[in-house]
Amino acid sequence: MSLWDRVSQINLVLIILICLPALIGFAMLYSAAGGEMEPWATRQIIRFGFGLGIMFVVALVDIRFWLKSAYFIYAGAFLLLIGVELIGDAAMGAQRWVEVGPLQLQPSELMKVALVIALARYFHSVSTEDIKRILILIPPLILILVPAVLVLRQPDLGTSALLVISGTVMLFLAGIRVWKLGVAFAGLLGAIPVAWQFLREYQKTRILTFINPESDPLGAGYHILQSKIAFGSGGLFGKGFLGGTQGHLNFLPEKQTDFIFTMLAEEFGLAGGIALLLLYFILMAHGTVLSLRCNSQFGRMIGMGIVTTFFLYVFINMAMVMGLVPVVGVPLPLISYGGSAMLTLMFGFGLMLNAHIHRHVQIGRRINNLRS
Amino acid sequence: MLGGVQTLLLASLAGRMYQLQVVESDRYKTLADENRINMQLLPPPRGRIFDRFGRPLAVNQLNYRLVIVPEQAGDLERSLVAIGLLVQIEQRERERVLREAQRKRNFVPITVRENLTWEEVSRIEVNAPDLPGTMIDVGQTRHYLSGKEAAHIIGYVGAVTEKELAGDPVLALPGFRIGKNGAEKVFESRLRGKAGSRQVEVNAYGRIIRELRRDEGQPGDDYVLSIDMGLQEYANARIMHESASAVVIDVHSGELMALVSSPSFNPNSFTTGISQNEWNALMTNPRFPLTNKAVSGQYSPGSTFKMMVALAALEGDHINPNREIFCPGYLDLGNRRFHCWKRGGHGRVNMYTGITRSCDFYFYEVAKRVGVDDIAAMARRFGLGEKLGIELPSERNGLMPTRDWKLAVYGVPWQKGETLVIGIGQGFVLATPLQLAVMTARIANGGVAIAPKLVREAQRVGKRLPDLREPFPSMGLSAAHLAVVQKGMLDVTNDPRGTAYRARIEEPSMAMAGKTGSVQVKRITKAERERGVVKNEDREWKDRDHALFVGYAPIDSPRYAVSVVVEHGGGGSKAAAPIARDLLREVQRRDPARRGPEENIPLQTTVSA
Repeated sequence: MSLWDRVSQINLVLIILICLPALIGFAMLYSAAGGEMEPWATRQIIRFGFGLGIMFVVALVDIRFWLKSAYFIYAGAFLLLIGVELIGDAAMGAQRWVEVGPLQLQPSELMKVALVIALARYFHSVSTEDIKRILILIPPLILILVPAVLVLRQPDLGTSALLVISGTVMLFLAGIRVWKLGVAFAGLLGAIPVAWQFLREYQKTRILTFINPESDPLGAGYHILQSKIAFGSGGLFGKGFLGGTQGHLNFLPEKQTDFIFTMLAEEFGLAGGIALLLLYFILMAHGTVLSLRCNSQFGRMIGMGIVTTFFLYVFINMAMVMGLVPVVGVPLPLISYGGSAMLTLMFGFGLMLNAHIHRHVQIGRRINNLRS
Repeated sequence: MLGGVQTLLLASLAGRMYQLQVVESDRYKTLADENRINMQLLPPPRGRIFDRFGRPLAVNQLNYRLVIVPEQAGDLERSLVAIGLLVQIEQRERERVLREAQRKRNFVPITVRENLTWEEVSRIEVNAPDLPGTMIDVGQTRHYLSGKEAAHIIGYVGAVTEKELAGDPVLALPGFRIGKNGAEKVFESRLRGKAGSRQVEVNAYGRIIRELRRDEGQPGDDYVLSIDMGLQEYANARIMHESASAVVIDVHSGELMALVSSPSFNPNSFTTGISQNEWNALMTNPRFPLTNKAVSGQYSPGSTFKMMVALAALEGDHINPNREIFCPGYLDLGNRRFHCWKRGGHGRVNMYTGITRSCDFYFYEVAKRVGVDDIAAMARRFGLGEKLGIELPSERNGLMPTRDWKLAVYGVPWQKGETLVIGIGQGFVLATPLQLAVMTARIANGGVAIAPKLVREAQRVGKRLPDLREPFPSMGLSAAHLAVVQKGMLDVTNDPRGTAYRARIEEPSMAMAGKTGSVQVKRITKAERERGVVKNEDREWKDRDHALFVGYAPIDSPRYAVSVVVEHGGGGSKAAAPIARDLLREVQRRDPARRGPEENIPLQTTVSA
């Protein structure tokens, strides 16, 4: 395929569906700063522009390049993750950042995409007969669990959970029987007491106060309670753009990152919240349709993996700010302020777009036998 | 299938949104308002206190405070140096400000200086552009224009203690002051007023964004006292350094014209917080400056009590007032000898001369005939032995003993000798200067049971509040009997043989009647009597007699009554009567009905023809 062929295959609907939430995000960041472009909105716009650039680059590279380098990307992300252990900078009580030149990178974010690529690559090579063998499960489980444990140690409960869940979903997508996943899941449940040991004190209290947030309104339950107050006070149609009181008066913690959806719900009410939810739903549905049209298992797996990851972001974040799951620190995709998540997502969408562009490309199971 | 699961989960999110934003919305809206809306109490301006002519005694003074907002000031230390060039700041204060700045949020103003003078305020304001973050803030502090001259009447305000906190939420405001003594304490509930409030929108750090609603509340009621501050000041000056008290009362209305207790204290020291040294000095002073002796000092009334004995005898028909008996200078009862104050005796005395010359023997004899219970009953009708309900704290009962009282308290029966001692106002009987003034007023006004009042009227926001007090009842005494006592008292100061003739008021229209009293603080021992150490001047201050005088004026149509007690002043005629005379003369002189035109009419300039 020539470059022009590829450009002509770019799915415009997907691009628009990506840009719409981003635009909403800019507006919300503008509002979160009290009606100012600084300090968040401008920088977010620049990042998004940069992210779009990356998305196109990723999308237009030959898909086989990604197939070939899948394990290398995974290995690179893995090394960065270990690098965090060694040289990482402790920010907010968590070692999550590693400096690569001028960029601050969150390797755990990168790992989310790397895991999708690696798993897609792995199952691309596994035949439908092989999938029934139990041993075939061992390498992907390692691929999933080792980085998950590393991320948990940072400690970043949200990302860790996200890795495990998205990985598990990908196993399911690859055709592994549900009962086998059930066994694996039971094993995970057994590991919970072990995982509890890894948790920092603040995470334990977060989980415990999740169960009863009102018990300690000024302590650890503060975030959830304030978020619910802001949410509920928004009502049907909200308090109007820039009219949210809880957010602007700083009762709402982290309103520009994790709790930005609360801010949106406060200012635009149930109508605004449902609208954004629908927008996300359409984006995911569209992504799913695009992915399933791919001829190659690799393309399908990549697309579905990205959609799954995206879904998990959306679900965990929204459920978290509405008090359905513990506060674990997962941003709202395309809207929350933050560089790493944005880049990861755009990289992911790039891959999804790539799979779409190359949907007619046949790729053999053995990758050294590539035909275009 | 996966899509189905995801759709289901997303739908559950939508459901949760519906639950929060529609079903439970009202609850969260309320919570949101509670979050951002802060109720703030506005302390009401405290009611003022005036004297009878409207002269302000206790007011709220604007207190100009210099405050600094660290957030706006930037470099706080440099700002303080800059301010220090304009107004004086103690090094200790400077450190306090820096300490507070570290503790508080940086938009909370910190007080740098209080009670700035106008000049200091101007200096700050003129230089305001160069002093970012500094502001002049106006608060109110109580100020007593009457100073120490009326400290016992007005009292003072002080910080709210833990125990007083219950009830009104305004009490919890920082810097709020409530009445601790005097009128400030008695009228506290109405002087305080009702707190206003304002609703302000605040952010999560408590910074005020804007005001939403304001309710000004109600200022405290103003009080107009019956006190004539000019007379009060005169009385203070007249008493000077004595440990004494004086009460001047209107015999018809019961209004207190002056009520002095000396030594006094400066009530303004209490409003800003009294220093340890000053407090210790007040507490250890042997003359008890903090005690209001006029209402809580209890003294033997001495010879001023003889009117009660006389009236009890007359009303009980025990003696004819003209009947003369012979005073040999002592009376023997059993194996005890009761001395008259005059060695050698008065000779022949009747009730008139008995009062005029204060013959102890005569009243020993009369008391013996009347008995203590009848004397006590008469004294009670004149307000002795019980609280009079004056609007001041710590009023004391005094003591009017009876036979039953002694049996109940001491468990032993009454002795006849004790009745004799009561006859000259000593022994168990105790009275406060206020009670003595009221007693005298009731004699002077012809037996009307007036009660003392401190308040002329109360005003709420400029409107006079109704006076619900009832008119005073008559005591039902015979006018003839009262006339006997009045005549005796008249001669005390107007007959050359009277005990206070030298302290008479010479202007006929102002002339006073009265009665002296001298009370032994320490028994004169037999040895002393023989050595001749009986003169007060020879004894230590604390062993000297209390000097008392009660009187009223003018004699033909009594208007004012007075009581004076000079602790350890020596004889009543020497120490107390002159003060009483001057007070009665001054209060009459100040009476508008009496004031002549002389000072106000300018001399007519003769126009040459």
